[in-house]
Amino acid sequence: MAIIVPADTAWLLVATALVLMMTPALGFFYGGMVRAKNTLNTLMMSFSALGFVGLAWALFGYSWAFGGGAQHILLRGVGLEAKGTIPHLLFFAYQGTFAVITAALISGAIVERMRFGPYVVFITVWSLAIYAPVAQWVWGGGWIARLGALDFAGGTVVHVNAAAAALVCALVVGARKDYARQAILPQNVPFTLLGAGLLWLGWFGFNAGSALAANGIAALAFANTMLAPTATLVVWTLLDLMRTKKATAVGAATGIVVGLVAITPAAGFISPRSAMLLGAVAAFPSYFALLYRARTRLDDSLDVVAAHGVGGVVGALLTGVFASKAWNDGGADASLHQLGVQAIAVLATLAYSGAGTFVIVKLLGLATALRTDARDEGLGLDVTQHGEEAYSRGEGAILVLDRRNE
Amino acid sequence: MKLVVAIIRPDRLSDVLEELFRANVAGLTISRVQGHGGELERVETYRGTTVKMELTDKVRIEIGVSDHFVDTTVDAIVAGARTGDVGDGKIFVMPVDRVVRIRTGETDRAAVTPVGVPTD
Repeated sequence: MAIIVPADTAWLLVATALVLMMTPALGFFYGGMVRAKNTLNTLMMSFSALGFVGLAWALFGYSWAFGGGAQHILLRGVGLEAKGTIPHLLFFAYQGTFAVITAALISGAIVERMRFGPYVVFITVWSLAIYAPVAQWVWGGGWIARLGALDFAGGTVVHVNAAAAALVCALVVGARKDYARQAILPQNVPFTLLGAGLLWLGWFGFNAGSALAANGIAALAFANTMLAPTATLVVWTLLDLMRTKKATAVGAATGIVVGLVAITPAAGFISPRSAMLLGAVAAFPSYFALLYRARTRLDDSLDVVAAHGVGGVVGALLTGVFASKAWNDGGADASLHQLGVQAIAVLATLAYSGAGTFVIVKLLGLATALRTDARDEGLGLDVTQHGEEAYSRGEGAILVLDRRNE
Repeated sequence: MKLVVAIIRPDRLSDVLEELFRANVAGLTISRVQGHGGELERVETYRGTTVKMELTDKVRIEIGVSDHFVDTTVDAIVAGARTGDVGDGKIFVMPVDRVVRIRTGETDRAAVTPVGVPTD
């Protein structure tokens, strides 16, 4: 007989709010890295997920991931009864914040050229057709869970999943017209640092909340969420210093996020010392993947693949290397078998998300144009998609009076 | 000597600079300006307020060149700035009375593009 525990409920209430905040934070993280004329569009790609994906999750997604199919459609049967040790409704809301940010993560691959309408349709359909099944596999008692794969807070479900979709989106939508022809510089690096800082704050809810209780495992995940990015940030900064003799701010923001991504699947399963080591190791593959990507034709504009894909895969695999039952007896001990199971979970997610995303984007592309024409891309997506400017000066603006009331 | 003044789209600036540098035009000044031309105004909405934006962001390029270099310069700007749509901008070529390079005191043709070819 499940009983609601007030302490657990209190922590999950806070954690849910923290994770919800990560999506606006991601908007600022991304929004700082695009050009000024695309600021609002980039922010809207995250903010719109709060609405469209959040609602789709409530209506259908939650049921498909955690309701055995149709059991909880339209939130039927999701009430104040206990789910674990917290109210079922709170569990639903907590999971919903994950669906929202996972869909929003993909936007980094197609900013500055994808039309807003098709984007919103895409993330909504994607959250139902791709995210919900993968969440079911790993957290809803599905086949990856039965296989014994460890994914504490969503290294595969969230990060590898979103990155595979991002790669496919970048390939199908195509590169920005200025990509590899002109220098495309970040318009507001402080936005990016602010976003990274708020993401770190929110990530405590993401990882420590995934214990679904206010207990020792939550404390372990919390401490590891602090420790792993510290090591990633230090290594990233040193790599920057060695390569260019300058410690860059965009690099620091990126290093923090990579560390957070990498610790996500491992947070509640490994020791704090292992977390620091994991964070340090995770800096290398993502750092060099970023450098390599920029020399290719792949316009994954904000490096979703290098940060979330590579970081997520490294984190998921290292979970199998560092897991320790001494810290969490609900987890596993490191072994070759565990590493193999982790690899299967990663490969299955990559394959399903990649193939599924390809089908969705291709079908959408048959129905409508996925990207703006070159002229609108030149003008910027803020004006052409939203009819607003992020930094308007108001000069030359003539008020259009509404004459219906005269 | 002439002063070439070009008003172009901001997002064509990189292409124009590339064309100019390729044509060995190295001395120039740019400024961010706003103007009104043949483009349709944009409509923007902020809550209940709807506005027509009558001014469009442009970049103004100023280049001092020797007479024989005017065509090269103008051609380079056109090559970089043209999209074929209304709003590509204009180029004005106007006479210049006197030019002084402040550092050296060189004057007139010695002080403008093409650099280092003062005797033509």
